[in-house]
Amino acid sequence: MGLKIIVLAKQVPDTRNVGKNAMRADGTVNRGALSAIYNPEDLNALEQALLIKDKFKDTEITLLTMGPPRAADIIRESLYRGIDKGFLITDRRFAGADTLATSYVISKAVLKCSPFDIILSGRQAIDGDTAQVGPQTAEHLGIAQITYAEEIQSIDKSSIQVKRRLERGIEVVKSKLPVLITVHGSASKCRPKNAKLLMKYKYAKTNTELQALNEDYMNSFKAKPYLNIEELNLDDLGCDIERVGLKGSPTKVKNIENVVFKSKDSKRLTASNRDIKGLIKTLIESRVVG
Amino acid sequence: MENIFVYCELENNVISDISLELLSKGRKLADNLECKLEAVIIGHNILELPKVLFPYGVDTVYIADNKKLSPYSTIPHTSIFVDLIKKEQPQIALVGATSIGRDLGPRVSARLGVGLTADCTELVIGDYKDNKTGKEYKDLLYQIRPAFGGNIIATIVNPDTRPQMATIREGVMKKEIVSSTYEGKIINIDVESLLKDDDIVLEIIEREIEPRKVNLSGAQIIVSGGFGVGSKENFDLLKEFADLLGGEVGASRAAVDSGYTGHDRQIGQTGVTVRPKLYFAIGISGAIQHTAGMDKSAQIISINSDPDAPIHKLADYAIIGEFNEVIPKMIKFYKDESK
Ligand SMILES: Cc1cc2nc3c(=O)[nH]c(=O)nc-3n(C[C@H](O)[C@H](O)[C@H](O)COP(=O)(O)OP(=O)(O)OC[C@H]3O[C@@H](n4cnc5c(N)ncnc54)[C@H](O)[C@@H]3O)c2cc1C
Ligand SMILES: Nc1ncnc2c1ncn2[C@@H]1O[C@H](COP(=O)(O)O)[C@@H](O)[C@H]1O
Repeated sequence: MGLKIIVLAKQVPDTRNVGKNAMRADGTVNRGALSAIYNPEDLNALEQALLIKDKFKDTEITLLTMGPPRAADIIRESLYRGIDKGFLITDRRFAGADTLATSYVISKAVLKCSPFDIILSGRQAIDGDTAQVGPQTAEHLGIAQITYAEEIQSIDKSSIQVKRRLERGIEVVKSKLPVLITVHGSASKCRPKNAKLLMKYKYAKTNTELQALNEDYMNSFKAKPYLNIEELNLDDLGCDIERVGLKGSPTKVKNIENVVFKSKDSKRLTASNRDIKGLIKTLIESRVVG
Repeated sequence: MENIFVYCELENNVISDISLELLSKGRKLADNLECKLEAVIIGHNILELPKVLFPYGVDTVYIADNKKLSPYSTIPHTSIFVDLIKKEQPQIALVGATSIGRDLGPRVSARLGVGLTADCTELVIGDYKDNKTGKEYKDLLYQIRPAFGGNIIATIVNPDTRPQMATIREGVMKKEIVSSTYEGKIINIDVESLLKDDDIVLEIIEREIEPRKVNLSGAQIIVSGGFGVGSKENFDLLKEFADLLGGEVGASRAAVDSGYTGHDRQIGQTGVTVRPKLYFAIGISGAIQHTAGMDKSAQIISINSDPDAPIHKLADYAIIGEFNEVIPKMIKFYKDESK
């Protein structure tokens, strides 16, 4: 048995490490100072796809990522771990998309890869933390969804059983295929890059990337078609231009504020008996405690 | 028409706190907009629930009661909620940012083709001018949320699509009863005519949801420990102090990740949001992701040996000192003074 799996993965700024050097003097975030990484939970999703392929050798994994040209890194990172093919969905006209416009474009790209059995996405991306693109993609495609998956317990040709991780417990559900599954960070960690695959795909490039390189490189490249990472734009996907990018996004950012601590006029105390006793007395007298 | 919808979530057939919080906020927004507040409950054996909701100032409760609707499952709940929205055309629809709400919300928004803002921490009504088109909008819902790992606060609006949809975090809005005698009307939804057979695509094999053990959002006093508390044993000292004051123990993520205490005690952006009368931050540095979950506390006392720790700036009383010296003294003086 072989399954057709599509993995959705996003390149994100590493918001977990917004350290002092990423904050400008005026308190704004300097995005340029943040490294671009593979969205953590998308790696968990990729691992679920690879685990299925370990079990059913004929399985074919296609990875879709939507983003600027440099998001091709996500496809290389995934090729090193064992996917079969990756598409970079990229077009300036997609810029400024909110989750609805993003999920619309992704669903169009999924249709290009039809038929499929399972779509795996991360639960949420750490730049927006919305957890919306997965379910919205499922809705555009009119297929079932299973969110917060922690473990795929069994699969056969027509159904899948999944354990979900909820706030205060678990739920085991069974769904027909095709289905979209969003994977929770508590699922198995992704395997490391495979050394052989790394050698094989190190020079995989998109056409945009190739144009910046010299002719020798191009020629050796042409001899190895598997090194070509295909790009898909608005026209390739047949997207309705009214539904993409800023225009296709019903949510608008009105304004953004940086978080700055408003200092209270706090009373500074020490650990001395006098200070602590005084504080406790004040708390009791003002009925905050007691 | 033009009212405010709140999707009410159930936990073992009890209306969950998040829904009551949303209704309380929804009431204020409805007063502001001079419209009605309407609750939607979808489940089974729930005909008794409206009377729990009315005191929160609910004008209409829509009930969809059917065996196929319990427990929660994505597609049937989406179908019912979307159908009702299409019929009643609310201007705002609010959903909890819980595992149910974040499963349902995006599905509903995509089916209706409307915008959805995730994980809001504040909702306000205000005007908006689109700088590109110059078009002006009155009385939109400002959907305010932390973004970019909590480092910025964004205000989002949905100028052109209705309803304006948002999911809201648990614990950030206050539950408030308007009047125990407030009465609204009940409207039953004909479920059978709405559900198609192929709407039931998921089979639930097993469900183990633990009752809420720690009630942080309800606690008046919270004694929170961070990485600086140093060990599980030291957390016992915090527990002793919290018990003495009738409070709960909370924690920072660094303390939870180090195994000093359970995950259900985590406060902050990825934990719970609290607003107690009194919050002790002990051995907590005051990272933005932590303070996002506690900065609305009425009073804050920080205990940190580092005089420059950012948490001190947020505190009403900043104690510069070792917690293992300060807490035993607090316990002793409290016992002396409260006698
Ligand atoms: C996306 C994201 C989400 C996050 N969500 C959360 C969240 O929900 N909640 C959360 O808390 N964090 C969250 N974090 C982590 C957060 O950024 C901080 O790392 C964390 O809050 C730090 O915890 P801490 O203050 O306990 O530890 P530290 O920063 O290590 O601080 C320890 C403090 O203890 C003091 N100290 C040490 N010894 C003593 C002593 N003997 N007596 C007194 N004081 C002492 C030190 O001076 C120091 O200030 C999140 C991070 C990210 C990126
Ligand atoms: N631009 C994108 N390209 C590919 N996958 C995406 C993209 N944006 C979101 N996703 C997928 O949707 C999940 C949820 O994203 P979000 O709704 O942004 O939190 C991510 O973990 C990804 O799997």
